[in-house]
Amino acid sequence: MPLIKNKTLTQDNWAFIADDAPLNDDFNIVSLARWNQDRDALSQVKNLGLRLESDVIIEDIISDLSHFSLIELFIPVFTDGRAFTHARLLRSRYDFTGDIRVNGDFMLDQIFYLNRVGISSYVLNENDSVEKAIAVMDDFSDFYQESVA
Amino acid sequence: MYQYTDKDQTLINERVDQFRDQTQRFLKGEIADDKYRALRLMNGVYVQTHAPLLRVAGPYGLLASAQVRKLASIARDYDKNFCHFTTRQNIQFNWPALERIPDMLEELASVQMHAIQTSGNCLRNTTSDQLAGVAKDELEDPRPYCEIIRQWTILHPEFAYLPRKFKIAVSGSIQDRAATHFHDIGLHLVKNDLGEIGFKVLVGGGLGRTPVIAQVIRPFLEKKHLLSYLEAILRVYNIYGRRDNKYRARIKILVREAGLAEVSKKVEAEWALIKDQLEVKETTISDMRTQFADPAYEKNLGTDSGYTKNLSDNPAFNTWVKHNTEEHKIAGYRAVYVSLKSPDSPPGDCSDTQLDALADLADTYSFGMIRATHRQNLVLADIKEADLFALWQKLAALKLATPNIGTATDIICCPGLDYCSLANAGSIDVTQRINDTLDSMDYIHDLGDLKINISGCMNGCAHQSVGHIGILGVDKKGVEWYQVTLGGSSENDAAIGERLGPAVSKEDIAPVVKTLLETYLEQRTNEDEPFLATFRRVGVSPFKEKVYAAD
Repeated sequence: MPLIKNKTLTQDNWAFIADDAPLNDDFNIVSLARWNQDRDALSQVKNLGLRLESDVIIEDIISDLSHFSLIELFIPVFTDGRAFTHARLLRSRYDFTGDIRVNGDFMLDQIFYLNRVGISSYVLNENDSVEKAIAVMDDFSDFYQESVA
Repeated sequence: MYQYTDKDQTLINERVDQFRDQTQRFLKGEIADDKYRALRLMNGVYVQTHAPLLRVAGPYGLLASAQVRKLASIARDYDKNFCHFTTRQNIQFNWPALERIPDMLEELASVQMHAIQTSGNCLRNTTSDQLAGVAKDELEDPRPYCEIIRQWTILHPEFAYLPRKFKIAVSGSIQDRAATHFHDIGLHLVKNDLGEIGFKVLVGGGLGRTPVIAQVIRPFLEKKHLLSYLEAILRVYNIYGRRDNKYRARIKILVREAGLAEVSKKVEAEWALIKDQLEVKETTISDMRTQFADPAYEKNLGTDSGYTKNLSDNPAFNTWVKHNTEEHKIAGYRAVYVSLKSPDSPPGDCSDTQLDALADLADTYSFGMIRATHRQNLVLADIKEADLFALWQKLAALKLATPNIGTATDIICCPGLDYCSLANAGSIDVTQRINDTLDSMDYIHDLGDLKINISGCMNGCAHQSVGHIGILGVDKKGVEWYQVTLGGSSENDAAIGERLGPAVSKEDIAPVVKTLLETYLEQRTNEDEPFLATFRRVGVSPFKEKVYAAD
């Protein structure tokens, strides 16, 4: 799947690892369940990412944030807007400085908003236009609310 | 009135470009139906029975004459020569072609109007009191705060995909004319013990399938905290609002299921973290208040002798003044209701010629401004008493002076089965039948203050559950039936109507209303006891007995 990071089509080194599958050598994204179960072992892994589903209580994982260089917010269906709040809080309240990516059923036309709440990379669908995905980030040249991007 | 800055204008222009691009991509098959649906709804576009519908925002109901003329030209050029005013002070076009909607939006943008977030599961148009700024019972003009809220809601990146729609209403008066008890958030300007003005914040009200009266979540909020408190409520709602069932997704359900105490605890905790980051500056408020400063009223207007003479000489004029005008804070002025409830036109509809003429009348008599009311009428808010007679004659010639404001034929009515793909039953034709039954104006005036609301389905767009008489269309095996409720109110004495009994057929609905009104006349203690007071005193039984006696 095409990955856009910092407004650029980028090679995706990361992979989400199913809970029952062995880890790759590096750049693993694990579920919150796996993290909670294997946190001691996983704490030793170099580049670790955490996938958060939209029903996560974000406050529950805040004390663990330093273990992760990437947070993946997984959007189950594009109408579920909880990830927008999660991203914003991770960025502005909990000062997470690593990559926050979205994956799942978001739509291209949501990228403008996602960008404004602090998302830094996007896992697109195969048939999404990369050019369009980058272009929509500039749909508006001004706004009323402060940005956390 | 608020005048757009370059920033406001740029933003709505870019929104038009964005939606034009999205619509073109949809028409080329590049955006799936369900996804385009969400995008078009947030631009006010519904797909209805006959054609798409475009809902244009009327920010807190305030329109300038140039905007009204634009609505007229759009009605002519893109629709069937009329538009419809809704219960949320918005304006709907019923017959546009989808491909041309971006052009309509571009035309609207040229007069500082838009359709942003007039539908969809997002922050909707903020509504207010149609008498804002002129009401005698006003503590402070709510419109500056409405505009501050409007800007905060527009394209808010965090709250564009909420569990469900979210509506805010603001009132600055003693008497609530904005139905604030039935909004997701209702804001009342109030004075605290120290004499400071701030907001009483209500949360969790709503109509629709599950009517709920809002509860007070904060008795007093300092003005500077307006946006941070709204943001705290919205953030809690975005995270904790139900998303598993769209009929259980409004904040009223969260408040009911979790309890006000729990929601309040979460909101206050969230607010404590953000209140200092999102303050509304005093200069922002004072600048905004300047935008809504009084027009150049003539001071020290004495009693106009011509006006007094016309009142005593012309009973029809006298009746119209009594029913369709309201006291004004400035001596020598009155606020005039333009009735969109003429018996020969669907409630809330207004033709292009009427719109153009109203714009001219506003320019001549009312500082170029027109307001929409949540009961689907219009208001010319600043009329000199000396001008009332001439204005009345001109409105009468346009069929806009039916002296029925606040009476039995000032019916709130949704588009119903005639237009709406959600409707189970007709509502416009039921209004017509009731109008035909109540054909004597003297009789209507004798009935006094009466609010009849008619919705064609349980989504309740016409607020039937808060009508003194509420009528709800239901489908029973393909036949249109109507459920009747009594005793609802959306004002200070907020109440949800009580079921009268089994639904009645379309043939019977107008006679049933007639029976209810006859029963009221029998039951009332005197002419000064309005329908609602009588109902509250005697209860549903006498009405029920009369209506179902024949069975």
